[in-house]
Amino acid sequence: MRPDSWNVPLLLHVAGAAVLFGAVAAAAVSTLAADRVAQPEFMRRLAFRSLLLVGLPAYIVMRVGAEWLYSKGFDELEDDPAWLSIGYIVADVGLLVFLLALVLAGVAMWKRNSGVAKAAGVLSILLLVAMIVAVWAMGAKPD
Amino acid sequence: MSLNDWILALHLLSAVALIGAEVLFTIMVVSLWRSSDAPRIASTMPLARAGTVLVMIGITGTIVFGVWLAISLDRYQLWDGWIIAALVLWAIGGYTGQKAGEGYAAGGQRAAELTAQGTTSSPELAETFGASRAFWFHIATLLVVLLIVIDMIWKPGA
Repeated sequence: MRPDSWNVPLLLHVAGAAVLFGAVAAAAVSTLAADRVAQPEFMRRLAFRSLLLVGLPAYIVMRVGAEWLYSKGFDELEDDPAWLSIGYIVADVGLLVFLLALVLAGVAMWKRNSGVAKAAGVLSILLLVAMIVAVWAMGAKPD
Repeated sequence: MSLNDWILALHLLSAVALIGAEVLFTIMVVSLWRSSDAPRIASTMPLARAGTVLVMIGITGTIVFGVWLAISLDRYQLWDGWIIAALVLWAIGGYTGQKAGEGYAAGGQRAAELTAQGTTSSPELAETFGASRAFWFHIATLLVVLLIVIDMIWKPGA
């Protein structure tokens, strides 16, 4: 059984990760579908705002929750278990990919550039796949 | 890794899909707030379709893998209070989510029809995408999903 003191940081971590997933999914669909709809500029703006106003705060909440949980004994382990390492790799590399997607989505919105928007969309899809792997690792806890 | 580890992982992935879908729908609701712009509303339909797929994965996966896990793990029983609470909330959330989806889907369909007819604006759409019945059902769904997450983490009575 998990100690009760883990519940609040776990709620922050889980909620942050799930909200981040939704924001990145919204950005991916908006950027990749923009060329096929009546108002592509609106969709590119929606993608950028999803990442900036929803995704970025959600990432911070997810990460604060993760560090809070880590401080409750995991930091005393000699070696991090594999599932924790997978989580950290996805969070660290994922942040770089997220920021790149955010910048590209912003550029695509301001320059009205379909190619740059698609690049942001592809990065968002990669991020979604990485998040799926991370959530699987958190649940299945591979050794 | 045991079978239970896999079931838990799939249960968690389903929950993330479900919450992610609600976030995606909320982004749509906020971005289209009181919009009467038919082409704009019709443009967001790919998002609605993606959200619907995520909801289907989430709502099916959470119940199937959740019940399977409750049966499979010795320390939990299906009749534990927090599991019954989760099942009741899941049913309520399914109902409110469906009602919200029906309302917004009708609005999206109307926007597509108006766009095809060359009409760019309609007060009827502004009503649907404002504080409508569908909106309040969506808010209710968000609250229910939040309660389910809290119930799953705190497991009161476990």
